[in-house]
Amino acid sequence: MRVYLEGVGLCGPGLDGWEASLPVLAGAQDYIQAPIRVPVSTLLPPNERRRAVQTVKIALAVGTEAFAGSGRDPAETASVFASSGGDGETIDDIMKVLASANRELSPTRFHNSVHNAPAGYWGIANGARAPSSSLSCHDGSFSAGFLEAAVQAVTEQCAVVLIAYDVGYPAPLSLVRPIGAAFGVALVLSPEFLDSAFACLEWRLDPESAASVMAAPGLEALRKNIPAARCLPLLAVLARQAAAEVTLDYLDDLALTLDVTPLTVGLA
Amino acid sequence: MMKPLAMRNFSLVTSLGAGRAASIAALRAGATGLAPCRFDFLPFFTHTGEVPGLDGDPLTGTLAGFDCRNNRLALMALEQDGFLDSVAAARSRYGASRIGVFAGTSTSGLLQTEQAYRNRDAATGNLPQNFDYDRTHNTYSVARFVRSVCGLSGPAFVVSTACAATAKVYASAARFIAAGICDAAIVGGADTLCATTLQGFFSLGVMAEEPCRPYDANRRGISIGEAAGFSLLERSGAADDADTIFFCGAGESADAYHMSSPHPEGEGARLAMDRALAAAGLEPADIDYINLHGTATLVGDSAEDHAVFSLFGDATPCSSTKGFAGHTLGASGAVEAAFCALAIQHGFMPGSPHTREIDSDLRSQYVCQGRPARIDVALSNSFGFGGSNCSLLFRRAA
Repeated sequence: MRVYLEGVGLCGPGLDGWEASLPVLAGAQDYIQAPIRVPVSTLLPPNERRRAVQTVKIALAVGTEAFAGSGRDPAETASVFASSGGDGETIDDIMKVLASANRELSPTRFHNSVHNAPAGYWGIANGARAPSSSLSCHDGSFSAGFLEAAVQAVTEQCAVVLIAYDVGYPAPLSLVRPIGAAFGVALVLSPEFLDSAFACLEWRLDPESAASVMAAPGLEALRKNIPAARCLPLLAVLARQAAAEVTLDYLDDLALTLDVTPLTVGLA
Repeated sequence: MMKPLAMRNFSLVTSLGAGRAASIAALRAGATGLAPCRFDFLPFFTHTGEVPGLDGDPLTGTLAGFDCRNNRLALMALEQDGFLDSVAAARSRYGASRIGVFAGTSTSGLLQTEQAYRNRDAATGNLPQNFDYDRTHNTYSVARFVRSVCGLSGPAFVVSTACAATAKVYASAARFIAAGICDAAIVGGADTLCATTLQGFFSLGVMAEEPCRPYDANRRGISIGEAAGFSLLERSGAADDADTIFFCGAGESADAYHMSSPHPEGEGARLAMDRALAAAGLEPADIDYINLHGTATLVGDSAEDHAVFSLFGDATPCSSTKGFAGHTLGASGAVEAAFCALAIQHGFMPGSPHTREIDSDLRSQYVCQGRPARIDVALSNSFGFGGSNCSLLFRRAA
């Protein structure tokens, strides 16, 4: 099946946005590990902005960046959010409170604990009433989100934004579920070719192939340690603007293979 | 327009009982599964819809690593009504890789983590050695569990959109089948009682002490329940008969309004119902019964009533079944899809236990007392935190 890519957003450790990260992803520049810097979104009313947790901030940042060049209106675009486990700090805080003598939860903590909290804030921030879903598939969450978004784009004949992100848990959960760092990525996908499209993605479920890896050790570490960063081999191919086939982790017995054709080269 | 999918089989477990027969008997009798909460030592009083038999029967063998309340309840539902046999038949018909698993949950096996935090090592603060995060707490757990129990190798994921989760999986499955990625799909999921949701809804001030009273003038909030339910969806075909229920439309929307409160005029809810009708090619007048989200909160019931009345006026009978088994949160979509299918098959419109005096501000045609009725098409509403809305349509074989 085929979808067209109209925009990308990226935010990770040492990866300050899609445009800025292109040389590193293409292998023209060394990857230098640095703490994640999440741009502050002005889309939310101050009250909601204050209460927003890190997953929300990352989702808003990458989603907004992905729409910037797409010419699409986020209010009218269906959305799919994907994350292995939502906001780690919120879950840890709730678990600690519930294990303590005073079990009173903060209502804000509680609503931020739901897996679809970033989707809710995204809707409020953009006035988006289009269909929106929030998925988890453990380490395969990015691919699961891509599948849902791509299938929806084709069957409903509508553009869909995929927003995938993960943040780590504090200890003690981090010891049983280590997540390397916070990371977010967004793709605007369309079922039809428009001038704003810069790549064609022909994809299939693939029970045979192993996942592609990153050449740079620092980026490969991100790929292995952060579920949302399992998308990095796709971003690397896009950054190189070369036609290539790339395989991403999905389930233990099923991978996602994408045949990427850059369109800017063809148009230039 | 959506191509209707046959619900080749479906099963459910709630506090009303295990399986379809127990469920329709309880709906007919106006019974309730709600009882004073004895689930945990909570600093407040409430009623819950607890499923008996989940405490003493751990998962064993190859499933041992999945052991948690949520997966135990999921297995209980898979084992009802010959559901696993239907899945096995579909597997031999289509192949294991052609059947998708699209499951929903809100809190997955979070109870396991709550218990693990209470049993941390005093010196290191570490969680107990036997705690299996990946197969219990992680949000994907229930889909991975179902895929494993059923021996399937097709696409799978969990949808976690709070109380709309197990409704939205129907929409996902329909798209995957329409795209030709799957020939059949298991949809549904489970949500089980845990301190996070009990204490969380209490903190929001929306928990009733008494059994919940949807649409009542004196409604005081929700009663939380636990449940699991699954359907096997396939394309319509030779196996259809007069009893086959068809899933014929889904409508999804977002409120874009508030994280834990619905839009007061129910605009997101109306949009979801509108989109479901459009997907099914139906008009409001075609709908014989609406199973409301109706959680018995002041603002929730009022917002939904606005939305329903704006589309249907007072012409279409509707009821919330939350008084039977409570608000089963992430499982409510699957449970109420099953209730709609049972209502169509058995010609019975469920009432609303505990609702005594309908709020005069609510204008839809609310059904307090269950009654026999021919139902050809039923609409089911599920709305969740974050303004996630989903409406599903079910109809009998034409």
